[in-house]
Amino acid sequence: MADFLQLLVAGLATGGIYALAAIGFVLLWQTSQTINFAQGEFVMVPAFFVLAAMKLGGVSFPAAMLIGLVVSLLVLGLLFKRLVVDPVLRHGVLPLVISTIALAIFLKEAVKEFYAADAQPFPAAWATTNLAIGSAVVSAQNLVIIAVAVVAVGLLQYFLNATRTGRRMQATAQNPGLARILGIPVEHMILYTFLINAALVALASFLVSPIYLAKFTNGETLGLVAFVAAIVGGFNQVRGAIVGGLLLGVIDNFVAAYLSAQYRAAIPLFLLIVVILVRPQGLVGRAEERTV
Amino acid sequence: MKSGWIAAAALALAALQAEAQQTVNMPIVIELSGAGAVSGTNFRDGAVLAIDEINAKGGILGRKISAPQSDTQSNPGVSRAQVQRAIDSNPYVILGPVFSGSVKVNMILAQQAEVPQITGAEAADITQAGNPYIFRTSFGQQMSMPKIANYIRDGLKAKTVSVLWVNNDFGKGGRDTFVKEMAARGIKVLADLSTESGQVDFAADVVKVKGANADAIFVYTNEEESARFLREARKQGIKTPLIGETTLLGQKVIELAGEAANGVRGHVGLTVDAPIPAVQGFRERFFKRFNYLPDHNGLKGYTGVYAVKHATERIGKFDRRLLAKTMHGLTIKPEQEPGILMEATWDDKGDIDRISFLAEVVDGKQKIVQILPKLGK
Repeated sequence: MADFLQLLVAGLATGGIYALAAIGFVLLWQTSQTINFAQGEFVMVPAFFVLAAMKLGGVSFPAAMLIGLVVSLLVLGLLFKRLVVDPVLRHGVLPLVISTIALAIFLKEAVKEFYAADAQPFPAAWATTNLAIGSAVVSAQNLVIIAVAVVAVGLLQYFLNATRTGRRMQATAQNPGLARILGIPVEHMILYTFLINAALVALASFLVSPIYLAKFTNGETLGLVAFVAAIVGGFNQVRGAIVGGLLLGVIDNFVAAYLSAQYRAAIPLFLLIVVILVRPQGLVGRAEERTV
Repeated sequence: MKSGWIAAAALALAALQAEAQQTVNMPIVIELSGAGAVSGTNFRDGAVLAIDEINAKGGILGRKISAPQSDTQSNPGVSRAQVQRAIDSNPYVILGPVFSGSVKVNMILAQQAEVPQITGAEAADITQAGNPYIFRTSFGQQMSMPKIANYIRDGLKAKTVSVLWVNNDFGKGGRDTFVKEMAARGIKVLADLSTESGQVDFAADVVKVKGANADAIFVYTNEEESARFLREARKQGIKTPLIGETTLLGQKVIELAGEAANGVRGHVGLTVDAPIPAVQGFRERFFKRFNYLPDHNGLKGYTGVYAVKHATERIGKFDRRLLAKTMHGLTIKPEQEPGILMEATWDDKGDIDRISFLAEVVDGKQKIVQILPKLGK
């Protein structure tokens, strides 16, 4: 029972990080039909913004995190949209997919070339103590990750559903043409989505890097799992990405502990195939019909 | 005009040939990216430091060392191609790689070309294949595991143990040797867990080794994975003694794992924290040059180059076959060659023997608690 509880908490913590990255996938797809295959690298890079600010700027860790967040908003939000998405998207989704794959390679190699090829220690912004719950020892770090992910998702849901800007963003996602006729500044709404995605990946990066260590390869697995989580949960629903992320995190830990550590990487893909065959709209996604 | 160009080309060729004759080619084929980047970068920097020192004093037999570097990307296939490229440049020796899986697939090329290869790899079977051109710079697992096993039996008085190892040639070789040594001492292995190279999430693995409730946990993974495991073990409040080899107690692991490394114990074949003045001097020179503290791989690269220098000066000429022959059975003492740092002996298979250490991480520093003599003494 103690093992079960520890695995569940660890899985939810991992899943929370997957969910943050998966939400970004969904948001970008919903508002701008952007499938960002550099999303994993987007989670990897902010940690290096922080480390570079500390190393080169000599600033404290909290200040470096703030700088990391701002640079992420600029580079992974604004510049990504203006320099990659806007010029390529008008030629179709496939060229954009290829462009984001190229961007992923570029980001990885740039970090390797200009910062380090080996793993770097990344400070934790919270205590690394443990809590004893019965015979189980639960990491405070994992609880903080779960709490931060829950709060971030809650705030996002509140923003999207209960604020004027959020509802305008939803209108843009549902029908950009009609939204434009109604006077909604569609371009601004799409830009906000990119900025939200940049903030979410920065948050995921700050949460995961103290555990995984900061390394240029970190995005490879994260990107794939987050993409699968978004599809498993439902690519057209933010709540689908949350469900998919948490589910994959928990399943990954239980499979590694009770079935096989060697095949754990295959489980998300296996789950993906099952969902596509049985419920292609995802576990909590909505079926969409298109006619010609 | 045409004859002028030909004359210029001939002069340039002659100049290149003259330069080639004035240098000795020792390519470094090493892991500079991928899972082995920590090990490879340390090995490379140690070798570069030694080469610069030797060149500053006039080189080997009056010829300066030229050491072009190539990255194996920690990939055995790439390493094989890089070793072939190095062989095509007519090297005197090849330095590296460190990863056992890479050395296993590329050492046959160096052997066929009769080029001595100075490796940092530790898998036991590398020197058992009858290759007369392979030479280690640190203990093979068949030398280090008995020392760890004795410590677990006599130092910890453990009756049971859990083993967590990385599923590559290095980890598999170490695990097999370790389990054999445990059986020979009547110590029961309660959990035997393989992990993947480059693995980032160790939550499930820590739960499993913790659940096995053994007297000690032996961890045999590469440096980055070791650090991630230690962080997770700390998160889950593991109290069982964590025992390992150099890849668990190395400087880079301590740096990456932070306070989670405190309390880790084990055997280290090479360490810059050794209470030996020559090693301390190397540590200072290395830090001054590269601005980070080296791990055991830095010592491997450094001493490997000096071993080649000493053996070459002993034979008095650049002869690859004679160099390999001379290094078998060779003992180099620091009085003869200060760069060797500690007395070292190579046997007829290319395995190295030297003193080693039992260590513990205390307050973020590796503390040597015992010096173990050479096995041959």
